[in-house]
Amino acid sequence: MDKNSLFFQAFVYLSAAVLMVPLAKRIGLGSVLGYLLAGILIGPAILNFIGSEGHDLMHFAEFGVVMMLFVIGLELEPEILWKLRRSILGLGGLQVLVTTFIISTLSQLFFTISWQEALALGLIIALSSTAIVLQTLNEKGLMKTSAGRHSFSVLLFQDIAVIPMLAFFPLLASHQPDIAASAIKETTWTAGLSGWMQALIVFAAVLAIIFAGKYLINPLLRIIAATRLREIFTASALLLVIAITLLMTQVGLSPALGTFLAGVVLANSEYRHELESDIEPFKGLLLGLFFIAVGASIDFDLVMQKPVLILGLVFVIMTIKGIVLLVLGRFFRMKLDQNMIFGFALSQMGEFGFVLLSFSLQEGVLKKEIIDVMIAVVAISMAVTPLVLLFNEKVIQPRFGKKEKDDERESDTIEEKNPVIIAGFGHFGNTVGRFLRANGVKATFLDFDSERVDLLRKMGFKVYYGDASRHDLLRAAGAEQAKIIVLALDNLEKRLEMIEIIKKHFPNLRILVRAENRFDAYQLMNSGMMHVYRETLDTSLRVGTDVLKMMGFRSYTVNRMARIFLKHDEATIKKLAAIKNQEEYVASAKEYIEEIEKVLESDRHDPELQNDKGWDEESLIADAGGVKPS
Amino acid sequence: MAKLLILFAHPVFEKSRVHKRMVNHVRHLEHIHFHDLYETYPDLDIDIKKEQQLLLEHDVIILQHPFYWYSAPAIIKQWLDLVLEHNWAYGAKGKMLTGKKIFNTISCGGSEEAYKKTGRNRYTIPQFLAPFEQTAHLCNMLYLPPFVIHGTHRLSEADIELHSIQYLQLLVALAHNRISEEEYKSVTYLNDLLPVPEQVQS
Repeated sequence: MDKNSLFFQAFVYLSAAVLMVPLAKRIGLGSVLGYLLAGILIGPAILNFIGSEGHDLMHFAEFGVVMMLFVIGLELEPEILWKLRRSILGLGGLQVLVTTFIISTLSQLFFTISWQEALALGLIIALSSTAIVLQTLNEKGLMKTSAGRHSFSVLLFQDIAVIPMLAFFPLLASHQPDIAASAIKETTWTAGLSGWMQALIVFAAVLAIIFAGKYLINPLLRIIAATRLREIFTASALLLVIAITLLMTQVGLSPALGTFLAGVVLANSEYRHELESDIEPFKGLLLGLFFIAVGASIDFDLVMQKPVLILGLVFVIMTIKGIVLLVLGRFFRMKLDQNMIFGFALSQMGEFGFVLLSFSLQEGVLKKEIIDVMIAVVAISMAVTPLVLLFNEKVIQPRFGKKEKDDERESDTIEEKNPVIIAGFGHFGNTVGRFLRANGVKATFLDFDSERVDLLRKMGFKVYYGDASRHDLLRAAGAEQAKIIVLALDNLEKRLEMIEIIKKHFPNLRILVRAENRFDAYQLMNSGMMHVYRETLDTSLRVGTDVLKMMGFRSYTVNRMARIFLKHDEATIKKLAAIKNQEEYVASAKEYIEEIEKVLESDRHDPELQNDKGWDEESLIADAGGVKPS
Repeated sequence: MAKLLILFAHPVFEKSRVHKRMVNHVRHLEHIHFHDLYETYPDLDIDIKKEQQLLLEHDVIILQHPFYWYSAPAIIKQWLDLVLEHNWAYGAKGKMLTGKKIFNTISCGGSEEAYKKTGRNRYTIPQFLAPFEQTAHLCNMLYLPPFVIHGTHRLSEADIELHSIQYLQLLVALAHNRISEEEYKSVTYLNDLLPVPEQVQS
């Protein structure tokens, strides 16, 4: 079989991913490490399955990073970005400057290289890996924490900083440019133009993206959405990202930055979720491919030849970068545990390192020997990042980092000590909340959906971001002082988890819990819940009530009957819940039918349901010996 | 021409014999607004503004209901509690109902004999209706004698029909101002102004 055929290659990559990623996740290493391991496995070091395309692959897979930044942009409204400006410019700027300075100085001191080379190395090493960091933090659910947001700010600054670096690198050239390498240099629109013309074109391109995002893309998406062809919408989402990538490449800007910008502009669009979910799978696969490529690109032959040098460099560089980050993080008032995550997360070198390294080769900034070593160092540092974070999480944090609250947003919940806590501010929770608010009862809301939190805050609700099932967050939200908690989350697992935590930590809190259906209700009742509210019950009874009214029934009677039915149904479910075996929840179709049968049976045997005796005068009439009503 | 408002309260109207027939006779009359309280407010949350507006638009208010436990069904009480607001219906500034007429139209199981000092219920219907009379008085309204249908448990359909026509006649007379003050002051029940044949009464 041709090792280079597309299908064989796809087969190799996919099977490596399918094999290694679940395995890595299973043993708690995270998906990024899984992909990296898959890459190492199929790379030249072990199975050597990667054909001649291996080299271009990384280039192609970098498109995953571009997509990732688009998705991140979509999740980041311009206002949030504006709020991050201090963190981006201050923290990001300082990180690049300080790291570059220290690394350049040290490399000049310890190696015999020119100051130009030292500076180039410093700049290259200062950059971290957007792909690895964001993917890992995302997977650990840390993106919304202050460590996550600061990491993001720094990465964003670095991504921007790459542009002037690319312009600046040729000035550092002290060797013969690599002819072979410069021959493949891409031609862009801006090539050969004067500096200010280039700047003008870049500026125009950025403006074009903002303008298009604000006024063109939305109407276009509306037209496309109106076709109701899902795949065409996906195609347009892809087209959008690819078009921006092309434009950015042409004007010499980073495509990742361009799509990020487009994402931010589209963050307020009504199609944001569709765009996000359409791009998401491509992004995921390409990112995975990118990580595999990084893993496969580690040159183990070279590592074997110079193990001390390469591994030593990895260790020293990551330590220096980490220390700089920790100091800066402290300076930016990050709490210790967050600062640790921040420092460890950004301590590696990144994909832009590869770009700058090969660019240095073209421009004759660095010698080939240095570049080869550095490529290995960058790749290894990327590969060990998930391990380092894992080490921090499992070994360092439990010992030193006392668990401080990891979200700046959460800190404002501490002031809020309301008698009622509502967990989950979706359709269910917000109706409860609105009703309470209309009656002047203050409630603290917890929600895990940060967009919703922001939106509702704008509307004047006190909504707080956080995983409501964490007992420290509950404590911060005032669960010790509160009297009542309403569990309105739409995820049953989360609700059950919360019930256990509340019973354990806040036994005095009365729990009112939402249930989706009867089976949910059984489960909740069996976990000791007294106040279970099925979301389908009241509404369907209201429909039934209205049907009867339209059929000509008296509305007061129907209302009474609905209330009687409600009570009857609640009683029935309590009875049936008691009979239910803890393990028998599987709502198979057959069981559902049996369930309905029991319920209907119980309806039939409740005399009150069939015959309301309210104001009945039949017996009086009988006593009076009068006529029976016809 | 007087405008009549029937505030009708029957929690199980669908089971009623007497009121169903009475209502069928009068609900579509000119100058009469038939207002079914239980149907309009099944949750007993009375729309106060709307009810007050209705009162202002009419001259004669009729509380039509079965005589449950010597009084009216709960929604009538709810209605009185909520609609007759201080400084609107009564109080120093509450003059909105001044001069309007009001009375109860009642059906009860007991015979007229039962509603006597010597009878089973020991008091007369007007005595039982004292709270309504005083309410009307406080609101500067004229409280007319009640229209009463006795012995409903024994009434035949034909008798109910006759009483219903009697009620119809009464309302037409009221709408056209055909009853003088002396006339209604002279009777215990408004029924007496439009008698039905002796053997109908039970």
